[in-house]
Amino acid sequence: MPIDYVIKRIGVFFIIVWAAATVNFLIPRLSPGNPIRDQLVQQLTAGGGGAGVQVEEVVAAYEARFGLDLPLWQQYLNFLWDTIQLDFGPSISRFPTPVWNTIQDALPWTFALVATATIISFILGSLYGALLAWPGAPRFVHASSPFILTMAAVPYYLLGFILIYIFSFRMGWFPLGGGYQLGTQPGFNLDFMLDAMRHSILPALSLILATLGFWALQMRGMMVTVQGEDYVTLAEAKGLRPRRIFFRYALRNAMLPQVTALALALGHVVSGAVLVEIVFGYPGIGTLLYQAVRSFDYTVIYGISFLIIVAIGLATLILDLALPLLDPRIKYSRE
Amino acid sequence: MAIDSAEDQRYTGVVWHTTNFVRTFPLLTAGLAMLLALLLFIVIGPIFVPEEDTRVGYVIPDQSPSREHLLGTNTMGQDMLAVIIYGTPLTLQIGLIAGVIGLVVGTIFGFVAGFFGGFWDNLFRGAADVALTIPGFLILVVIASTLRGATDVMTQALIVSSLAWMFPTRTIRSQVLSMRERGYIQIARRSGMGNLEIIGREMVPNLLPYLGASFVLAVITAILASIGLEALGLGPQNEPTMGMTIYWGMYYTAIIRDMWWWWFPPIVVITYIFATLYIISAGLDQFANPRLRRRI
Repeated sequence: MPIDYVIKRIGVFFIIVWAAATVNFLIPRLSPGNPIRDQLVQQLTAGGGGAGVQVEEVVAAYEARFGLDLPLWQQYLNFLWDTIQLDFGPSISRFPTPVWNTIQDALPWTFALVATATIISFILGSLYGALLAWPGAPRFVHASSPFILTMAAVPYYLLGFILIYIFSFRMGWFPLGGGYQLGTQPGFNLDFMLDAMRHSILPALSLILATLGFWALQMRGMMVTVQGEDYVTLAEAKGLRPRRIFFRYALRNAMLPQVTALALALGHVVSGAVLVEIVFGYPGIGTLLYQAVRSFDYTVIYGISFLIIVAIGLATLILDLALPLLDPRIKYSRE
Repeated sequence: MAIDSAEDQRYTGVVWHTTNFVRTFPLLTAGLAMLLALLLFIVIGPIFVPEEDTRVGYVIPDQSPSREHLLGTNTMGQDMLAVIIYGTPLTLQIGLIAGVIGLVVGTIFGFVAGFFGGFWDNLFRGAADVALTIPGFLILVVIASTLRGATDVMTQALIVSSLAWMFPTRTIRSQVLSMRERGYIQIARRSGMGNLEIIGREMVPNLLPYLGASFVLAVITAILASIGLEALGLGPQNEPTMGMTIYWGMYYTAIIRDMWWWWFPPIVVITYIFATLYIISAGLDQFANPRLRRRI
């Protein structure tokens, strides 16, 4: 792998980080009025300063905290520096709590959900798509394809509605929402883990069902191409068993471009997962974002969007850099 | 067989061409038929259902489907059939406006990148690639929440159009790149055509199927982003778009109150719109790329 490609790719990652931070800096300043300040004042006056907090004092502290008295370029540099350190300031709706703390609690939930669902969907979808293109595939594969492809046309979270209605509301097999039984204390014990798993099956299922078709279609296209390759014809001519040709010759070669597609789709999947969480009231980043939007908690909204964009950028970077190690055919020469 | 008169021949000609088109482009035909059905629904629906029924508090709330209200009414006192009939065009409108903006911007970027290459190519292709990997939806959330939900259909379309330009940019760029070296472009250049003339008279007509497919993809992206924002409550508050309908359904816990007529119809409409658009886009691919015709 040429070193200038690695440097360029890392450079792109930093551009993403910079752009995400800059958007968060610019947008509140471009909008009429100062949304954060307005919200803060409104919040504190509405609360009547019940906790003994003086409105003016808090606003002054807030302005000093963000250095709003400084010239704009200095504000910008300070903002970038804080953001890089994951310091997004205090949450507005839960005032002195730093944004990072509220995000920290939600992060593992989202990570577990998205990672599990994506891996399962990626593997099953790819295998299914490969079978769709394989002449010797079992009959049920072809019979089920209209169903799977229709699922792909439903946005993730809308599928969630249907799943909740059927499996939770009508059948009562799964809880109606949430991440764990109310009243239990989150912790690393078997009971809690099993409970959390039971709550996450439907959210995960809606992510899996909705993305399965995407992977299947991509993989099917790739398999059709691979089947025309000389080495598959040679393998057939040698009289190898079809199963062996399928797994060792066709599938392996068609699989690798799927990893590139994974890098591209990750951002999309996470955006979808955010919405799925809202439908299920799953205690991850999505639900946090929903609450923040409803209470106009801007610092939390900006913090979450920055964090997710950076996380996806990082994941894509790792995938892109790991890909040539997996697939020696990829060369980063100029076209 | 008897010899056909000229009249008969013209008749069989039309039938032959139609069946031939249907046979060659089954996906495109199916997609266009589905689109036509949707448009008929939008046009004919308002004849039977008055617009007042979409007003909040206009009908008795929380009624299950009956002969009077075929799809029941919601907690806000709106007739759900009216909401669907008057809301569907709004959702389509957001998608179309944003799709047009995305297509125009993306086509310009794609042409500049593919035609001029070098720095411009790096800039626009790079921007499209980066924008495709990041979850742009969250940037939309930042924008829309800063506007405090003070949006109408037009603003919503403008917001989501910022996600709709990447696919057109990539598609058009790669097509222009391969087209640039073809013989007829070379000839046009030798015969003294300017850049704009080559683009306008030689390239764009050949790109029409790709432009069509890109447009459909841009509309899909825009509608998806729009109903996503609306699910967070960040949509036109006073308009019954499909996404807002679902948001209010969630807000008033329609599922556990067993009001399936509130959340299910908008899901059906959205899924139908997406299925139609996906089928048309696959059909246009077949149209643009003859090698795909046999496979499906």
